[in-house]
Amino acid sequence: MVNDNAVFFSRLLTELTLTFHIIYATIGVGVPLMIMIAQWIGIKKNDEHYILLARRIARGFVITVAVGVVTGTAIGLQLSLLWPNFMQLAGNVIALPLFMETFAFFFEAIFLGIYLYTWDRFENQKKHFLLLIPVAVGASMSAVFITMVNAFMNAPRGFEVVDGQIVNIQPIVAMFNPAMPTKVGHVLLTAYMTSAFVLAAIAAFRMLKGSKHIYYKKSLYLFMKLGLVFSIGTAVVGDFSAKYLVAYQPEKLAAAEWHFETEKGASLLVFGIRDGEDVKYAIRIPYALSLLAHNNPFAEVTGLNEFPEDETPPLYIHFLFDLMVTIGFFMVGVSAIYVIGKLRRWRFIHSKWFRWVIVAGGPLSMIAIEAGWWLAEVGRQPWILVRYMKVAEAATSSQHVDLMLLLFCLIYLILGIGSVVVLRRMFKRNPIEREIADRHAEKGGGIS
Amino acid sequence: MSLEVLGVSVLWLFLFGYLIIASIDFGAGFFNAYSLLVGKKRILTVIIQRYLSPVWEITNVFLVFFFVGIVGFFPRTAYFYGTTLLVPVSIALGLLAIRGSYYAFESYGSRGHKGYSFMYGLAGLLIPAALSVVLAISEGGFITIIDDNPVLDYAALFTSSLTWSIVLLALAAVLYISATFLTWYANKAGDREATNLLRKYALIWSIPLAISVIGIMVELRKHNVIHFDRMIDFWYLFGISAVMFVITIIILLMRRHYGVAVWLLIGQFAFAFFGYGISHYPYLLYPHLTIYDSFTNETMAISLVIAFVLGLLLLIPSLYLVFKLFLFDKDYVRGKEDHHA
Ligand code: HDD
Ligand code: HEM
Ligand code: HEM
Repeated sequence: MVNDNAVFFSRLLTELTLTFHIIYATIGVGVPLMIMIAQWIGIKKNDEHYILLARRIARGFVITVAVGVVTGTAIGLQLSLLWPNFMQLAGNVIALPLFMETFAFFFEAIFLGIYLYTWDRFENQKKHFLLLIPVAVGASMSAVFITMVNAFMNAPRGFEVVDGQIVNIQPIVAMFNPAMPTKVGHVLLTAYMTSAFVLAAIAAFRMLKGSKHIYYKKSLYLFMKLGLVFSIGTAVVGDFSAKYLVAYQPEKLAAAEWHFETEKGASLLVFGIRDGEDVKYAIRIPYALSLLAHNNPFAEVTGLNEFPEDETPPLYIHFLFDLMVTIGFFMVGVSAIYVIGKLRRWRFIHSKWFRWVIVAGGPLSMIAIEAGWWLAEVGRQPWILVRYMKVAEAATSSQHVDLMLLLFCLIYLILGIGSVVVLRRMFKRNPIEREIADRHAEKGGGIS
Repeated sequence: MSLEVLGVSVLWLFLFGYLIIASIDFGAGFFNAYSLLVGKKRILTVIIQRYLSPVWEITNVFLVFFFVGIVGFFPRTAYFYGTTLLVPVSIALGLLAIRGSYYAFESYGSRGHKGYSFMYGLAGLLIPAALSVVLAISEGGFITIIDDNPVLDYAALFTSSLTWSIVLLALAAVLYISATFLTWYANKAGDREATNLLRKYALIWSIPLAISVIGIMVELRKHNVIHFDRMIDFWYLFGISAVMFVITIIILLMRRHYGVAVWLLIGQFAFAFFGYGISHYPYLLYPHLTIYDSFTNETMAISLVIAFVLGLLLLIPSLYLVFKLFLFDKDYVRGKEDHHA
């Protein structure tokens, strides 16, 4: 018996929680690595500015972690509360990475606590730096494990169904399913990329607001360089992700590309307006879809019409895909221009308008993360576990999901506003100029 | 030991860990709000920031570990408890959100927003109340199967005196555990004023604790005789627990050896908690669900156990490090050093 209302609201609540969680989770995965790199450079070059950079990011990180933990706990419980039938089935096959994820959290939480509360406690700065390694490893591993679960939903492996019973279960095969390598790689790289561009955006913003301190110049350059590396990685692994889709979930790619008829030498449509199967005003790149799908401009790409209609995802994911890819290439371009410009001493990269472009890069990367997840999740519809279980069969039968949706809207509103207000206040009250002056007074010299 | 029993024991152990450290945390928030209300200085605020801020995320992971683990080892619990617990657990999540954000927001944001401190204190009491309702539900009688779906009967749940005595026990236990632990911590920090205040709180809350335990036994006998009889079978576990309780009170009255008091307190709750758990065996939910019919397949169980052992090898040294730095380091406890980022 399916309760349509409960299915609808369970979907809404899952979308809401995950969309909110992923903002903080992305920062949670990427930022520890950024802190680590900054602190390492600081120790190597004996440059107090980088150490201070690490310290200030760490301070802000406390706030985002808190919200990440709270919303993560919410989604963790909601998986069982809203999708009990799915969890009952999935628990039998894919519980292992979920369980391992909690150890990654444990590990991260413990060392983060120690790291944050032991600045300057050790004589040797390298010891303090070492504490950060488990934090970064733990954060990235938690992303790896949870993404394995998500990959399993897209490409379920490691079990068989005989007479309605699940048999022959192989947890390791389930974890290392075909969707796993590209998904995990893409998720990690995008988290690093987004964190780098968000931090670069903050530095650029402070410079636009009039700060001339060298600290921000160093920070901006560092994060643009890192952003360049990770955004190129993102695009490469994104291309692999598309190839994975062709092999295992062709209907998802076909829907994302509005590719209806199977054909050879297929062209790629970017944006556009659709009327039935006619697409207008799109940018048409000849042979590009075949190239994306098979590395061969003349290869055949399966169209959407080959699939039963009730098993194809909504077609609006086309826009999500285009948005994500456009932002991806845009950010590769922006960071490449900045880094090359820095080496070649191009003047316009220090102009106001270019700084504004860099500032926009932070939120844009975050939008690409959201678009990417919505593409991946909506593109899986109507399945929750591809070809085994549909979303409608998985949901709770509880009558109160709508009320809980309201409750969580309120909670996330408070958390969202709270985290922004607190972060702003924190850095407004203690600008870098003041902090450096304070440390100067404390130690009697050293940095300027 | 069968895999089923091993699995449930591990989970119960972690739930016990959560019970103790979360109680310390919840109670501290309440006492802090209370002392603000009656205008006492913020004696406790300092202790909360010294001891609780570095470890709150770790506290939370204990809970996450429990609920992820139970679905891993016993996937059918997702079906029964997942469907029925939507409302109480969502409320608890909302309250956890308030508390989780408090540490981060408050230690940097507005220095001591009173309203937030009250919310934080209040949330600390409401969370154990909301979560302990699950224990009442597990005694059976509140969940019925309608059209193949489990449904929770709220009216029966909230008019049952069993429910309310369990809630009362949870609240009293939280405050008692917290006050006893913080007495020791404040004493170690050399803060006499706080020590005396907390010692007084510990003694006060021991009374409702004792009363609610008796109340539960009376109610349980009416509500679930099978469980009650099994508890009587294990009377010695509860007996040891009671003796430890009495000795703790005596120590607190003597105003010394607070460290011993904390160990006895942990022992008291360990015996009671495991006594309760063992007598609950084999049911996870009377009478629908036992650890045997909800258990996962053997392959998964073995891989979970292996993962668990490997995980522990990683965790135990790390936890030791935390305790060493924040709990047993004299300079840190006394507030001589401040190394926050
Ligand atoms: C900063 C964010 C970002 C950027 C710039 C890109 N992506 Fe992405 N993409 C994601 C963030 C993301 C994501 C949020 O991480 C997703 C959602 C689920 C997943 O596995 O990764 C994703 C999913 C995703 C999928 C679906 C995978 C699946 O459903 O199994 C494909 C095919 C691509 N991406 C391809 C690309 C390509 C070709 C890009 C070219 C530059 C690109 N992405 C840039
Ligand atoms: C964190 C980034 C994620 C975002 C933004 C996201 C977004 C979404 C969205 C938009 C839906 C609804 C699709 C629809 O109903 O049309 C959904 C469904 C769902 N997602 Fe994700 N998702 C994320 C990651 C994950 C992961 C890692 C898992 C698994 C562990 C997961 C499990 C689910 C489940 C169980 C559903 C409900 C069933 C369904 O509607 O398909 N999600 N998610
Ligand atoms: C359905 C999917 C998800 C579930 C069940 C989930 C679960 C959780 C839980 C329970 C926590 C809190 C842990 C704690 O108490 O310390 C958390 C936090 C976190 N989650 Fe998620 N999560 C999901 C999606 C994701 C995704 C897709 C990512 C990464 C790409 C992610 C990365 C993180 C990280 C890094 C944290 C730690 C908090 C921080 O450092 O900011 N989560 N998540």
